[in-house]
Amino acid sequence: MIPDLTMLLLFQLSGEVLARALGLPLPGPVIGMGLLLGLLLARPAMADRLRDTASGLLGHLSLLFVPAGVGIVGHLGLLEQAGGAILLALAGSTIVAIATGAAVFVAVARLAGTPDA
Amino acid sequence: MREFSEIWSYLAQEPLLWLTATLAAYVAADAIFRATGKRPLANPVLIAVALLALLLGITGTPYGTYFEGAKFVHFMLGPATVALALPLHANRALVRQSALPLLAALLAGSLSAVLAALGIGWALGLDHATLLSLAPKSATAPVALGISENIGGSPTLTAVLVILTGIIGAIVATPLLNLLRIRDWRARGLAVGVAAHGIGTARAFQVNQTAGAFAGIGMGLNALLSAILVPLVIGVMF
Repeated sequence: MIPDLTMLLLFQLSGEVLARALGLPLPGPVIGMGLLLGLLLARPAMADRLRDTASGLLGHLSLLFVPAGVGIVGHLGLLEQAGGAILLALAGSTIVAIATGAAVFVAVARLAGTPDA
Repeated sequence: MREFSEIWSYLAQEPLLWLTATLAAYVAADAIFRATGKRPLANPVLIAVALLALLLGITGTPYGTYFEGAKFVHFMLGPATVALALPLHANRALVRQSALPLLAALLAGSLSAVLAALGIGWALGLDHATLLSLAPKSATAPVALGISENIGGSPTLTAVLVILTGIIGAIVATPLLNLLRIRDWRARGLAVGVAAHGIGTARAFQVNQTAGAFAGIGMGLNALLSAILVPLVIGVMF
């Protein structure tokens, strides 16, 4: 587990360094994800090694959002004043995005001849 | 025996208390979530955040003090983002097979989320700073926070909006997609992952494995796309 975690951190670190060195607009961990994906494609055996640690981390992804979410206590004033508008914007845009994304997928899959497996 | 207030003043200064409280709140929230038969409205993030916010309010603890302890959990978002490469890799055959619809849906879902959020928010009179914090809300938290900071929004507000988006997505996805009669699990999962990141992905995995895999792909690819797309849209609109 520790070597696996070290590996994930090394990729994150490389991502952060690359993002800053090249002035990329992407967050470091996202570049790290891209780099790791590249390694996995080159050496698929690595995936077997990392699988347990990765699924352990991703299985409790929800937990990792909690500290940032508690930040809501700093925005209670704004939510009191504009909470309705914010909720409508969030709900409306999420509904539009899910419906659009799914409909476009189905339509293009039909056109491209890649039907549901 | 020492006075409780003395023990408290020690604990309140140490990261241990709020780190433990964060994990305990999540364990309790997860137990409630399971007890309700995993109903999306009983989202564990929502319950844990509510419990902790209440606790901070009662004890008069500032968010900064809380975060000193909770930052260890928050930090793990970075390696977890890197770890998303594994489900992407495991599903590479699926990605290759449906690359065209996948990329089209990714672009459509990502762009419509940003435009609809800004459009509705603007029409309802939200101020400039709130709109900027709202724009990256469909991307996964670490990415959305970074984008928000880059374009001049408030990262902590974005964090809350990201989580609310995830919860809304997890709640509306199944009834909405059933209503639209979309049965392709690839399409359903991808759309949810693009619109509602990790929380939507967690929900998709509960419903169907293929949907979960595609949701993970949608979230991962939208992390990349949002980082490029959101600053572009903001640049054009403001």
